[in-house]
Amino acid sequence: MMATPSDLASSSVIIFLLNALLAALLNQRQRLMTDICFSLASVGSLLGFIAGVLTVAGGTTEKIVLLLGLPDLPFHLRLDPLSGFFLTVIGLLSFFVSVYSTGYVRGFLGKRSVTGLIVFYCFFIAGMFLVVMADDALIFLISWEVMAAASYFLVLFEHGQIENRRAAFLYIVVAHVGAIGILLSFGILAGLATGFRDFSGYTFDAMRATQFPVGWATAAFLLAFFGFAAKAGIVPLHVWLPEAHPVAPSNVSALMSGVMLKTAIYGIIRVTFDLIKVFPWWWGALVLVMGLITALLGILFALMQKDLKRLLAYSSVENVGIILIGVGLSMVFTAFKFPLLAALAVTASLYHTLNHALFKGLLFMGAGAVHHATHEKNMDMLGGLIHSMPWTAALFLAGCVSISALPPFNGFVSEWLTFQAFLLSPSLPSPLLKLLVPMGAASLALTGALAAACFVKAFGVTFLGHWRGPRNPRIHEVNWPMRLGMIMAAVSCLCLGILPTMVIDWMDTLSAQLTGARIGASAGAYGWMWLTPVAPERASYSGMIVFLGILAVVVSAYLLLHVRPGKIHRVPLWDCGFEKVTPGMQYNATSFSMPIRRIFGFFFSIREHVRVGSHAGHAAFPKRLLYTLRIRDRFWLWLYKPVALSSFWIARKLGRLQQGRIQAYLIYSFITIIVLLVFL
Amino acid sequence: MNLYPFVIELLQFLVLLGIAPVFAGWVKMLKCWSQGRTSPGLFQPYRDIMKLFSKDVVLAENASWIFRFTPYLVFGSALLAGGIIPILSTDLPLAATADVIVLVGLFAIARFFTALAGMDIGTAFGGMGSSREMTIASLAEPAMLMAIFTMSLANKSTSLSQMVQVIYSGQTVLRPSIAFALLAFILIVLAETGRIPVDNPATHLELTMIHEAMILEYSGRHLALIEWAGMMKLCLFMLLGAAAFAPWGIAASGDLYAIPAAFFFMILKLGAAGVVLVLIETGLAKMRLFRLTEFLGSAFLLATLGMLSYFILE
Repeated sequence: MMATPSDLASSSVIIFLLNALLAALLNQRQRLMTDICFSLASVGSLLGFIAGVLTVAGGTTEKIVLLLGLPDLPFHLRLDPLSGFFLTVIGLLSFFVSVYSTGYVRGFLGKRSVTGLIVFYCFFIAGMFLVVMADDALIFLISWEVMAAASYFLVLFEHGQIENRRAAFLYIVVAHVGAIGILLSFGILAGLATGFRDFSGYTFDAMRATQFPVGWATAAFLLAFFGFAAKAGIVPLHVWLPEAHPVAPSNVSALMSGVMLKTAIYGIIRVTFDLIKVFPWWWGALVLVMGLITALLGILFALMQKDLKRLLAYSSVENVGIILIGVGLSMVFTAFKFPLLAALAVTASLYHTLNHALFKGLLFMGAGAVHHATHEKNMDMLGGLIHSMPWTAALFLAGCVSISALPPFNGFVSEWLTFQAFLLSPSLPSPLLKLLVPMGAASLALTGALAAACFVKAFGVTFLGHWRGPRNPRIHEVNWPMRLGMIMAAVSCLCLGILPTMVIDWMDTLSAQLTGARIGASAGAYGWMWLTPVAPERASYSGMIVFLGILAVVVSAYLLLHVRPGKIHRVPLWDCGFEKVTPGMQYNATSFSMPIRRIFGFFFSIREHVRVGSHAGHAAFPKRLLYTLRIRDRFWLWLYKPVALSSFWIARKLGRLQQGRIQAYLIYSFITIIVLLVFL
Repeated sequence: MNLYPFVIELLQFLVLLGIAPVFAGWVKMLKCWSQGRTSPGLFQPYRDIMKLFSKDVVLAENASWIFRFTPYLVFGSALLAGGIIPILSTDLPLAATADVIVLVGLFAIARFFTALAGMDIGTAFGGMGSSREMTIASLAEPAMLMAIFTMSLANKSTSLSQMVQVIYSGQTVLRPSIAFALLAFILIVLAETGRIPVDNPATHLELTMIHEAMILEYSGRHLALIEWAGMMKLCLFMLLGAAAFAPWGIAASGDLYAIPAAFFFMILKLGAAGVVLVLIETGLAKMRLFRLTEFLGSAFLLATLGMLSYFILE
């Protein structure tokens, strides 16, 4: 008998929980623990992946009721195409990352105990699986917290440095502020589902069955959007992301950026499309505008970075923005009853969700490999790694090409679909949207072009040119498990780029569940090679032929030119006849982004100083120039600093209540009781 | 199986490969005349390419595979773009492969790798060129997309062949948005093909070069491929503009006798485009790098205005 998807998914969660226990038991045998636990984790992830693929392909819905938890409030789990899709995304990337981790975590052995890393890694993935399978508010919030807490401890893994502890603290604060929003939102929905009579409204089924009044629904949506925005890193709630993602071990960063942010996207889609169902168009416009701002600011911040992992973290902010653009468009189309266009937009955004998980996972794994080999995160100290790490370089390049939305890789497909959704918007009746949509398309185009500049910088500075650091260390290619994890992710990026019709056909049940319309049949109407989302005469794209076409021309040009043996002379650099070219003369990460910094500088608070260090007699003949550059997020100054300062101020004032004397505390309780007796 | 479209496709590749150097020569010739110099003739670019192909490659010690792979990729993507834009006929088997967004993507991938090749050697000039090229592209590419979007909204398709056919069938109404789009497109062509006032293709003056700075270290057949691809790109942008804004003459479909006429019209349009290009280039001076923001910003603004006016007036 075949196991059903829900069997597979639950056994996968059980594997992860047992795996965490096993890791704790094998504490004394670190090497063995690493090998066994990550192998088991990859098996578990693969099971989750298969469960998700089967659910989406079959379009089935399965429910499980677990008699755990509080009396009379059992846990409900459910696997429908939406959770199946996110299960697929999480399972797929977790599988690649678990394979990678087998090699990556070896780097920590002998330096520090990795037991905590493995235990929380397992809890983290299990938490994410449960979040997308949860079918009531209780288990949703419990698994949400398991996920947040586990990732907090993972961020804190290298807790020796103070900035890691600060980053983890900031992360847990923002995560909990967000969680309050989600909790309140579910409170409103659950209360309305039963008219505030009993607790039975906590299941998602009860919420689905309710027609919410617009006012309450809006309150619930805004709270939920705020809560999920904090998790997804939507501007201005993004500040924790570039702090927390870079300091975590790279395999964890890959999961946090690649899939943890997606659980927030899942939450937004679940609450709006599935639980509330009927909503006014301006919700979609709000999501769209937030997505546009997030995408544009995210990539601009990314361009300013010189720490490779921070750059990647900011680029995750950008990609979450792109995903939200699709979600927002789809909400607008749904509100105006254009199910087909809504299906196109939501397919585009979910396709990008899958794509981003893969290429951002790949890029973080690559950054981890670079850090593993060089112990350096600052790009201004790196360079020339393509010679010593050819595999990592090629795979990282595949990730860069994908994320820059260049054909024939996968990032292009989802961006292309999003543009198609934008171009179908003139049918919208609202004049405000008529203004918004062209501006949206413009800023999405700008974002895409800036992303290409950003990843030319990331790859070019890190892997090309000469080593920039003070000493030239002996760098070697990373071990095979790490390479294997990255190879699989890179190959999936290419496959998703050249076989989009198959993926869209597979996702058909999903858009049917969310919007009631299917685009799979029309998208693949011309055959599997041609992607024609609406109609062949409107737009068509064949990633396969673009790939094969470029390949054919490259190969034939190469062969034609090598018929006659031409010589290749290897000589020193020419550089317009300059002598004594040193590695220090290369463009680095800071100088590469200088023109863009100058053009878009008004978004940041930039402090730039050039000072003459020492000179030969007169300041006009400097021997040494000192250049300092400090770029800060304006949101930090405008939004967070006042909040942080005022909360410290309030805490200090309230702190006076703490006298440390038992008499004072007894008086407090006495007054409280009197007040309660008088007023209640 | 109908072989006719494949013959046309092949013909179009050959025409592009052949005509691109002649067009570059034509522009150079007009420029010489307008500046009172003697021109080297229409076919000088051919001689240059032939010379470069027959030379050995001098490669920097530090060059990696990216540096050697880039010329082939740049050439390949330019040639593939030639199979997508309706130059002679709209009846192209490759036309369905890619619409205008993919076309922009093809140019983007060539630029991406050229910028990487510029950084690969590890010289100051290479990095400078890459940084500037990507900055300019990050403003020019969205403007280009917006201009094209305006046209595709008016013609209800992003496929170029389809757009031409819609214009032929007389469904396109002349709109103010098209004027904005055309204006933006002209500015972008200057930026994307590296002409004055954005970049000067003739200079190797160290501090002003952009595109040339990235390909400084190339030689031999690599340089030949890059130069040839550059000429094709210039020609393709002219032909793209022709197909999107003034497609008259391009054979609609199935008609073999329309091909020579299409060829004739193409020569005519390219000749006129060359004249306009030279007039712009002689009339303007090269801009300082940071003045380019205004130039490209206005292109972006014009294109966005075009799309806005379409949305509002519709």
